This record gives sequence, structure tokens and C-alpha cells, in this order.
Amino acid sequence: MDLSQCFNNYFAMHFKYEIQGGDFTNAGQASSQVKQVLKQLNVDPKLIKRVVVCLYEAEVNVVAHAWSGVIDVEVNTERIQIVLADKGPGIPDISLAMQKGFSTASPQVREMGFGAGMGLPNIESNADEFRINSKVNEGTTVEIMVYLSQA
Amino acid sequence: MERKDFHHALTILTDVCIGCSHCMRVCPTEALRVRNGKAVLYENRCIDCGECFKVCPVRAIIIEQDDLRQIFDYKHRVALIPSVFFGQFSDKVTPAAVHDSLIEIGFTDVFEVENSAEMLSHAINRYIASPTAVKPVISSFCPAVVRLIQVKFPALVDNIMLLKPPLDISAVYYRKRLVDAGAKPEEIGIFYITPCAAKIAAIKSPVGEDSSEITGVINMDTMYNQVLKNIRHKSNDSQSATQPFIKGKSLMWSLTNGESGHINGNCLAIDGIDSAIEFLEKLEGEEVTDIDFLEIRSCDEGCAGGVLSYGNRFLTVERMRKRSKQMGTTQTAPISGPGTDMWDLYPYLLQRIPLVEPIKPRNMVKLDEDMAKAMKKMERVQRYMCFLPGIDCGVCGAPTCRALAEDIVQGKAAISDCVFLQKNMEHSRKLHPDHSYRIMERIWGKDRLQKDCNKLQNRNLES
Ligand SMILES: Nc1ncnc2c1ncn2[C@@H]1O[C@H](COP(=O)(O)OP(=O)(O)O)[C@@H](O)[C@H]1O
Ligand code: SF4
Ligand code: SF4
Ligand SMILES: [Mg+2]
Repeated sequence: MDLSQCFNNYFAMHFKYEIQGGDFTNAGQASSQVKQVLKQLNVDPKLIKRVVVCLYEAEVNVVAHAWSGVIDVEVNTERIQIVLADKGPGIPDISLAMQKGFSTASPQVREMGFGAGMGLPNIESNADEFRINSKVNEGTTVEIMVYLSQA
Repeated sequence: MERKDFHHALTILTDVCIGCSHCMRVCPTEALRVRNGKAVLYENRCIDCGECFKVCPVRAIIIEQDDLRQIFDYKHRVALIPSVFFGQFSDKVTPAAVHDSLIEIGFTDVFEVENSAEMLSHAINRYIASPTAVKPVISSFCPAVVRLIQVKFPALVDNIMLLKPPLDISAVYYRKRLVDAGAKPEEIGIFYITPCAAKIAAIKSPVGEDSSEITGVINMDTMYNQVLKNIRHKSNDSQSATQPFIKGKSLMWSLTNGESGHINGNCLAIDGIDSAIEFLEKLEGEEVTDIDFLEIRSCDEGCAGGVLSYGNRFLTVERMRKRSKQMGTTQTAPISGPGTDMWDLYPYLLQRIPLVEPIKPRNMVKLDEDMAKAMKKMERVQRYMCFLPGIDCGVCGAPTCRALAEDIVQGKAAISDCVFLQKNMEHSRKLHPDHSYRIMERIWGKDRLQKDCNKLQNRNLES
């Protein structure tokens, strides 16, 4: 084992997580890990909360509505950027999906306490920048940006 | 260096400590290390939960208290008694007998803390009904939980309700009563019989208040012994006319579900430090909706499980339940001293129930104040984690591999403190065996690697 090897390969503040559709047991793992990281970085608790809300909602959406997905998180001193790309049914009408209370969640998903139709609206109001792209029967990509150096 | 900002009621007696590391392994905030064969405290991380105190096999961790004789400096010597104190005694020892004992021991006034619970529950219900309350509102009752949130869950400080616990309200009330009856303020000494270290810490360095109303603190185990001795020495049974006055429901306040039972809306009661942490983690991710009020207690079964309890917590709860039923909803005869109905002072007290200062987060998880520096440190922590074995053996003197990695980047430990890496470095001839031996001695103390048939675990065996 050689110390320098590990030192060189290491890429700072970049995290990747994989999510499986339907795996509600593990939903929220990425957001709770990112939360720990931001706490250690001494990010303002209010900003942490916003990041965690965004990431959690977006994560749950992949679990609840898509087949599988990848989360990519990049943090620097200025901002945290989160990209969630999933393979799934996609969203036919994004502006409809963005409306408060709109949900296509199945009865089973609702029974588990999800599907209030507040996820996307919550992400939009908590993120500084938010983009969503979707192709029906291919998948959805959600991009979330929160600036960390706000007073 | 750790800056000392907070008063802790717990002290480690270095002479007594045998460096067994039991405390380090149970501390929920990773506030303990072993250095030179002794437990060492990172003061700013400690929340005074007392978990370390519970597991110390040699009683090297003590909870400081004030000298009981100090009460005699005051003309009016008020004992503020938590209901769990009465629950310590077997059924034969009635609350009235305990009350009389306290008077014989030297107190002039005895007042049960939970007397103010009813008024507080009104205040809480108003508080949670207010549109500005951050939901779920978290009870401010248990100081260990308040501190836990401050250091580990800074995003949740705004959820802590800005109302004083019953102890403070009862102290304010009783002082006012005495003053109204003609007592001089400087002649009043208010002493709290505490079930735990957290309450002491909260009194000595209050959160959300500029100063405390409490003059001094006596530990519950000490007082228990005093009362028991006093009762034993008595020839005939105490036939006191004075009954501690309190409503049955109020006296359950400090127990699990005891507070939430008074609160309107959806309430949840959580007890035990591990359950508290688990739930707060969840709450921080905002996966919890539709809860108005959270009662969280650091100890199992609430204060019945306080570290200074003599009694078994389940029996204590059972006795209190029985007493609560007996008391019913009517108040019986008044307490010793100028006690009448607390509601006479409602407007005065209501003004004094809110905490005067906001509760501030004091994130102790952060690697650095400066985000860029914290990021560099985190990068280094991640690198060290590539090398550390991840088995959390504690032989380095830190509770987990991650805690060691963080200590290293903070300049408090060295990577060679890890036995696995020592082996590795010896193998590649980067570390001399003598050196690695010295490292172990530096952590665990001199002669610790020698044969010792007198270890604690061995002491009771015949040789
Ligand atoms: N990743 C996704 N893949 C497919 N459909 C999605 C995705 N995210 C959101 N949607 C659609 O948008 C709707 C609204 O999402 P959201 O506001 O999070 O509410 P909810 O998840 O509670 O239904 C969902 O019901 C679903 O139809
Ligand atoms: S009182 Fe609790 S937080 Fe403080 S050192 Fe002991 S176990 Fe850790
Ligand atoms: S639950 Fe009660 S006894 Fe235990 S730490 Fe909290 S206030 Fe003290
Ligand atoms: Mg959703």
C-alpha cells in the first residue's frame, strides 16, 4: 500500500449515489449523507435544510416514479450542485407536474405516506436554481443548485 | 485547542480512572478519548447526558453538587423536589413522610417542581397554536436534548420551544410567593434536588436565559440517603398534616408521555438518547410531517431513568402512576410555606415563562469555521479513511476510525496511533517496533502493556 496513490486518486467533494425504483427502505440515504457532509463543512443550518429538502424530495421521486437513477453531488465553497438522472416513464406534462398537489402516485405509494404532490413545488421553492427535463418512456433529469455563500 | 464555553457537571477523577474506555464507547457525541491511560473530555462536545457516568466501573466520573450545609446560609431554605424523587422510595415511605424528613433535615419549604406543569401546558398549547411556531415544536424540558440539538442538529434549534421548563417556573413562583409574604430576596435560597447532570449544567450555564433562579443543586442520590437515614432514625411513623399538593396528572410530567399528554395536536414522545438521535436525524431530513409536538427525553422512561436515581426506573414509574391515580385531579392540602393556588399569580408567571434569549446552534461536527478550510480537512479525512480499517476498535484512543481521522486533521492525534497502520508501517520498515510500543504507551499509559493480574475484571477472583 502506498500513501501517495490514494492521495492522487482522490477527487474532493464529489459524491455519487445510485437509486433503485421502488426501494423506499433506502430512500433518503443520499440526502442524509450529504447533510452530514454539509454540517462538517459548517454550512449555515438553514441552507443545509434547503439542500436536504430538495435532495430528499428528488430522491423519493426517483424511488416512487422511476425505475432507477443516479445522483451526482458536487460541492465547492460557492455552491452545491445536484443532478438526478433517472431511467423511467418520464413526465408528459411538466407544468402540470409542477402544480401543488398534482400526483400520479399509486395507492400503494400513498399508503406509505408519499404522493402528496408537494415534492416538485418544494424543490422549486427551496432551490436557487432548478431545472427539469424529461422524455416520456426514457427518463427525467432534475438539476438543483443551492448557493452556499449567502449571507 | 477546545475552547471551554460550557459548564459541565461531570468531572473525571483522573486518579481513579483506569482507562478502560467504557465511557468513550458509549458517548453519543464522541466527546471522550483515552490519552495516557486516562479518559479525556472534549468539553464543547459534551451534552451532559450522563451515559459515561452510568458505565464507569470504578466511579471515576462524578457529578458535582453543592454542599448541603450551604442551605443554612439562608433564612428561607426551599427544596424544589422533582416528582421522581418521591418515586424513589418504597411504598412504605409516603410522600408526606419524605416531605417531613426534608423539613427535619433543614429545609423550611418544600415544593414539588411539577406544580407548575399545568400552567406550562397552557403556555405550550398557546405556543404551538401560534402561526410563527416552527413545527414540530420540540420540548425544552430535557437539557441534554437541548444541548444535543445545539451541537449535533443545529438545523433544528428553531424547533425547540422557547418556554422554560417546570423547574424554572416553580422557582420563579416560589421566590415571588416568599417575597410577597415579606421575605427579603437575599434571605431566600432555592435548592433543586436533581435527578441528573444535565439539569445541573443547565442551571450553572443556562441556555436561553441570562441567569438561573436556582441557588444551588443537591444530587438526588445524596438526598435519598439523607432522607432514608432520617426516616429510619424516627421511632414512630410520621403522621404529617402537610401533604405535598399537586395534581395527579402533573406529577407524571417528567416521565415518557407525561408532558405530551397535556398537549393538543399530534404529539410524539421519545425517550432514550439513542432513540432521540435516531429521530432527530430523521427530522433533520424533513421526512416527518403532521407532528405538532415532540417530547424528547435523554433517559429511558424519562427522568425516572435519570443517572442519579437510586430506584429502578420501571418501579419508580409504577409508584408514580399509583400516586398519580390517588391524587386525582383535586389539589389536597397546601405545601409547607406560604403556598396557595399558583393560578393567583398567573399573569406574573405567564410573562416569565418565555425564554428571554434565542437558542443558538453551536455545531460541533464542523471541521473548521471556514468552509474552504473545512473542505480541505474533509478531503484529508476521506484520505485517511482509505487507510484506517473501519472496525472501530478504539485501540487508538478514539471511539471510531472516523473520529480518529477527524482528530488527526485537527492536530489532536497521529495516523500512527492506529494499530493497523503501525503493523503496516513496521512491515514496510517505516516504523521501529520500539516506537510503536511507545505510541501504545502514550495512549494507554505506561506499563499498560505489562502483565497485570489485578485488573478490575480479575479483582474479585480468588488467587
Ligand atoms: N422522476 C420522475 N419520474 C417520473 N415522474 C415523475 C418524477 N418526478 C415527478 N414525477 C411526476 O410528477 C408528479 C408530481 O411530483 P411531486 O410534486 O414530487 O409529487 P408526488 O411525488 O407526491 O406525486 C408525480 O406524481 C409524477 O407523476
Ligand atoms: S455526559 Fe454524555 S456527552 Fe458528556 S462525555 Fe459523558 S457520555 Fe459524552
Ligand atoms: S430525561 Fe430527565 S433525568 Fe434524563 S437527562 Fe433529561 S432531564 Fe435529566
Ligand atoms: Mg414526490
